[in-house]
Amino acid sequence: MTLLVRAGSRARPIILAVVTIPVLFAAMVPLSQRIEARIAELEPGKDVLNVASPKLIRQMSLGYHGLMADIYWTRVVQYYGGKRRDQDANFPLLEPLLDITVTLDPHFLAAYKFGAMFLAEPPPKGAGRPEAAVKLIRRAIDANPGDWRLWHDLGFIYYWDLKDYQKASEAYAEGARNPRARDWMKVMAARIAQEGGTRQTSQFLWLQVRDSTSDPSIRKNAEGHLMGLKAEEDAERLKPLVDEFHRRTGRWPSATSELVAAGLLRRVPADPAGFPYGVDQEGKITLHAKSPVSSPLLPKPGAPTWALPGK
Amino acid sequence: MPVVEAEQLTKDYLTGFWRKVPKRSLDGLTLEVRENEVFGFLGPNGAGKTTTIKLLMNLIFPTSGSARILGRPPGDPSMLRRIGYLPEQPYFYDYLTAGELLDYFAQFYGYDAAERRRRVDRFLERVGLASSRDVQLRKFSKGMSQRCGLAQAIIHDPEAVFLDEPMSGLDPVGRREVRDLILELKREGRTVFFSTHILPDAETLCDRVGVLSDGRLRGCGAVEELVSMEGQAVEIVFELSAGAGLPDGLEVTRTGDRYRWQIPEADLYAAIDRLRQSRALIVSVIRIRPSLEDYFFGLMKK
Amino acid sequence: MTTVRIIAWNTFREAVRDRVLYNLVFFALLMMVAAILVGQISIGIERLIIVNLGLTAISLFGVVMAIFIGVGLVYKEMERRTLYALLTKPILRWHFIVGKFAGLGLTLLVNTAFMTAGLFLALYYVTRTLSLADFQILTAVYFILLQLSLLTALALLLSCFATPIVSLVCSLGLFIVGSFSQDIRAFGEMSQTPWMEGFATTVYYLLPNFGAFNVIAGVAHGKTVPVALILDNTLYALLYIVAALLSAVAIFSNRNLK
Repeated sequence: MTLLVRAGSRARPIILAVVTIPVLFAAMVPLSQRIEARIAELEPGKDVLNVASPKLIRQMSLGYHGLMADIYWTRVVQYYGGKRRDQDANFPLLEPLLDITVTLDPHFLAAYKFGAMFLAEPPPKGAGRPEAAVKLIRRAIDANPGDWRLWHDLGFIYYWDLKDYQKASEAYAEGARNPRARDWMKVMAARIAQEGGTRQTSQFLWLQVRDSTSDPSIRKNAEGHLMGLKAEEDAERLKPLVDEFHRRTGRWPSATSELVAAGLLRRVPADPAGFPYGVDQEGKITLHAKSPVSSPLLPKPGAPTWALPGK
Repeated sequence: MPVVEAEQLTKDYLTGFWRKVPKRSLDGLTLEVRENEVFGFLGPNGAGKTTTIKLLMNLIFPTSGSARILGRPPGDPSMLRRIGYLPEQPYFYDYLTAGELLDYFAQFYGYDAAERRRRVDRFLERVGLASSRDVQLRKFSKGMSQRCGLAQAIIHDPEAVFLDEPMSGLDPVGRREVRDLILELKREGRTVFFSTHILPDAETLCDRVGVLSDGRLRGCGAVEELVSMEGQAVEIVFELSAGAGLPDGLEVTRTGDRYRWQIPEADLYAAIDRLRQSRALIVSVIRIRPSLEDYFFGLMKK
Repeated sequence: MTTVRIIAWNTFREAVRDRVLYNLVFFALLMMVAAILVGQISIGIERLIIVNLGLTAISLFGVVMAIFIGVGLVYKEMERRTLYALLTKPILRWHFIVGKFAGLGLTLLVNTAFMTAGLFLALYYVTRTLSLADFQILTAVYFILLQLSLLTALALLLSCFATPIVSLVCSLGLFIVGSFSQDIRAFGEMSQTPWMEGFATTVYYLLPNFGAFNVIAGVAHGKTVPVALILDNTLYALLYIVAALLSAVAIFSNRNLK
């Protein structure tokens, strides 16, 4: 304070500014946070798009489609992330937002791939609309004919979500015609045509998805599926042991530790996340309730169920 | 108390585009302006006169040294109330009329509306702009702007006024009016500090002058003292008698038969002797009054 | 303080004489055309369109005015040397800065007030009623005024040391980036490295958050703005404006006038 009084009339405003301004900005931080929260509440619902016509948005962006595409892309990611965080299994705006993004920038591959994955994925992880995903990827292929991986994305939706093995095989075959395509495309086309859906094929394809993406959400999703498939593989190997136990004792084991005690296993088997497998009343291998691993084939007793949208 | 005290006032400017080189535009100025005097600040263009006034008015800040006006530092509002300032080539808000501008400035001195109206009328009259009261300043000529500037400098009856080149841009009539105004201000007991590069104006008006050149004060004092320092001179006008020749080594100017010879006063009688010896006919002997100009150029030469 | 008032009033007068308020004519035309067109369409969202359009226009016209006048506030006077005579009156340099700010603020207030009246007229013409929800429009206008004041303070700060072109570009840039500041923070959250996230968050808090003043969409849908938000936004604007003006005063108090 005395410094302020003794300073010349020119230095005084500088000292005042240097001392006060950081304090002002520090005070703004908690204020900003409160304001953000309330502004978010005021938004006319997270699931309302004010302008829904992609063509109109493209016109309004005055030539800066690239930037607008980026901005809409961040909104896609925020939207998806927000829904997952709020444990909301409804994604009504996902398709329109993606539609706008790729209309603004038809070469925005990351958007197509993200859309393909999470439009097709069933709730709670996605919108559960594989036909919309197919539509999106077909647009991607039209706009980016040289990208052979898009055929894989298309084929994979047919294979995994729609279980249409013929269309899946055709897609992989089409993509394999690109001279830059990897050999496995051709292999997949043939294998799917012959065998339909097998765990090996699924594991291979999910590996491809995981290793060819830089999007953390997609990678996480792929790893989740790979863990699920691994669990199914483990279950398949454990099943004969459980059956043997049943033959010996006339009842199903209550836990896999009993198999260890019976000498059928060396140690308690764990799923890819490290949680021990269980056995249910009918002798089926189950996943631990707290395990992040999930599979449509393996029951998970005691786990909370998502609030699913009515079909 | 002196009205202005400057002590080693110095101002450096940084010039040059990339590597800034300091250029000293004012170097150690020390001077004093006393109450109720008219002080002329003389010097060629670029000497640093405007820089000095801007430093006194707190429009720029000194690199070193200090100044006090009416005992207060530059920029002190209580002091600013008591002084007036006319900038060089004044420029005012051209969307206002003369009357509006003066009224605007008058507001800062705390006059109420009625008092402001009176003052605006009175001072517009005093500077000869009464008929242009409602004319927008963007339509003013240079001379008119100058007068307007003078009006705003004195509208609050300041104790001291600082005028930067008050005669510039004025025709002889205008200059005369400004001169009369300055004398009037002096008669009213005020102090006037003005800068100019027109010497004859300074000579007639000023009690004291300061001569500035290249940022340094070359001389300062009362006009008579400075001028008399040049020494008194006399001029002898003579004619040569028939058949006589001009004595050697004389610096004379000749017009027809008459010769004019200027010499220092001290040499007068010796010179007369010489002329007597040459049988010259002395027509007249007069004392020449040296001018400020002589003093000025004398200083410049050193 | 009276000095500040004198300078503020003169700044306002200058804006008016510069025919700045003529933009009201364009706004009036815009509102009239919109009201008539919307009346033809009549698909139940007339109010939505009028409110959205009107408030957006008020905001944008105001932004343009705040920036274009703001960047010249100090620069013009320094350049034209009108400051010479003014600063030798019994005032302090900070009076000049605050006075200029208040003057432009007053101009924006008057301009916005006229526009708001026009908006309500158009709204009444189109919907024939005025409900209580319509008074939320005034809240939105108040937020717009806060936004404009903040923008003015920033343009004024820039005017103290930058030429009008540079100040214009920077002010516009600050407004655009500040409107997307939410997205900047989201971008930070998405990023891989912690230092990038920290950087984005810091930038988010330093930048003026213009998006926070935009409740146009919510008000158009008839939502009520909570009082707490009004207080918070007012405080935020106040803090930021004080910071900007303090900086402007610090810079201007140390400027050697050419």
